[in-house]
Amino acid sequence: MKIELTTEQLEQQEVFRVFVDKEVVPCADQFDKEERLPSELIGKIAENGFLAATIPESNGGKGMDMVTHGLLCEEFGSGSASVLSLFTVHGMLAQAILQWGSPEQRSHLLPQLASGKKIGAFGLTEPDIGSDAKSVQTTAKLDGASYVLNGTKKWISCGQIADIFLIIAQCEGKPTAFLVEKDCPGLTIKPITGLLGFKAAMLAELSIEECSIPQENLVGRIGFGFSHVAGTALDYGRYCVAAGSVGLARACLEACLSYTSERQQFGSLLKGHQLIQQMLTNMIAGIQAARLLYFQAGYLKDTLDPESITASAIAKYFASTMAVKAASDAVQIHGANGCSDEYPVQRYYRDAKIMEIIEGSNQMQQIMISKYIGISARKKGRK
Amino acid sequence: MTDDTIKERIRTFLFKHIKDNELSNDENLFASGLLNSLFAMQLVMFTEKEFQVKVENEDLDLKNFSTINAIDEFVRRKL
Ligand SMILES: Cc1cc2nc3c(=O)[nH]c(=O)nc-3n(C[C@H](O)[C@H](O)[C@H](O)COP(=O)(O)OP(=O)(O)OC[C@H]3O[C@@H](n4cnc5c(N)ncnc54)[C@H](O)[C@@H]3O)c2cc1C
Repeated sequence: MKIELTTEQLEQQEVFRVFVDKEVVPCADQFDKEERLPSELIGKIAENGFLAATIPESNGGKGMDMVTHGLLCEEFGSGSASVLSLFTVHGMLAQAILQWGSPEQRSHLLPQLASGKKIGAFGLTEPDIGSDAKSVQTTAKLDGASYVLNGTKKWISCGQIADIFLIIAQCEGKPTAFLVEKDCPGLTIKPITGLLGFKAAMLAELSIEECSIPQENLVGRIGFGFSHVAGTALDYGRYCVAAGSVGLARACLEACLSYTSERQQFGSLLKGHQLIQQMLTNMIAGIQAARLLYFQAGYLKDTLDPESITASAIAKYFASTMAVKAASDAVQIHGANGCSDEYPVQRYYRDAKIMEIIEGSNQMQQIMISKYIGISARKKGRK
Repeated sequence: MTDDTIKERIRTFLFKHIKDNELSNDENLFASGLLNSLFAMQLVMFTEKEFQVKVENEDLDLKNFSTINAIDEFVRRKL
């Protein structure tokens, strides 16, 4: 067994790090306060080929391997969770099209998603349906050569800036995935502000009233919108969140190492106190463990191993929980300064909490993981 | 590849998820209630990797994946 990044992966990591340090870190608090991501930043991200970079070269992408993509998410996660969410939801749509799109959808959309000409978002959650996602209430009915969609989607990351949405709706009473363009008549996009974290992720509520879309905008087949199409997207999303959470925790650690090397109490630097060292040690160990989990998930993805799906769920669950603890301890270590917007750790704390809720809450991950290892007993009395 | 080898390979994979040696070839996998929501995609990945076939969007049909027999038939059609 060998766990070691390749030379190319290390080089790419350095490229991501330099970009994030220059373009994201200095402005991340401002994005958070203004609750928006500047279009210039998104343009630069796209120009660098970072968007949906795992799309194969034959479809206009970079053909980036998943481990490298994890490194990208870790670096962007260390800079801003809101920026990370752009990679997450845009890539979720791209991945779903790559896996389940028709040849026309693939050839038409993937190059535009890879170049950033079109920004994608993922519309599953609704005001009354979250975790029980296969029960979405949005409907789609065939009317001639079109599907007509009705419903409301809520908490849609990048909804304010997206050009195209993957919408999960009930068609013939079964969860089904559709592509809806932002300028579809009947689609109203309402910004959501005032969130705890991911404040610059430009969330929106989508009101879908009699939206008529071409029949060809069906993705996959009727009844497979949740299990397979959203399943593919969420699997990718969980991997991004896992790696992004590692980045977030790393930012907490770095902030704490710097702060505890300057701040003195009781005549010695904070880092000299053993209880502070304990918190720093837990961060270091947690980050290493979570990173290994996402590396493993990424490796399994690169080798197309079915175990990669559970590995991503485990990595997301562990890494997000770890990030919340790291961020909470980072605020603690900073004392009152940690509660002030003069330091970034309060943002890390707010953003970390969101990591435990998105792409399937951690309770949903726990349920999935426990079923995977067969904790639940087989029902008696079956045929 | 004989029918039995395909079925045995499917069974070996399924056993990781459903710890049940008595699983019959025509038992509906999705009706057991024991599989988690990740399983459907894992089954697709398994089929693609193990048998080197591509599951296309038009193959998305429960009839292709609901039982060991169905997966076996699907794989043999694709090979
Ligand atoms: C910042 C942010 C960005 C988001 N972006 C998107 C997006 O881009 N696209 C999208 O579709 N959605 C998005 N969401 C929505 C997110 O996916 C949902 O919030 C999440 O799935 C949980 O659903 P819910 O909020 O309705 O909570 P609920 O499902 O109502 O759950 C409430 C609580 O109960 C727990 N719970 C529910 N059922 C069970 C059970 N059976 N056993 C134990 N506990 C249970 C949950 O874990 C949770 O803690 C976003 C949310 C946030 C906060």
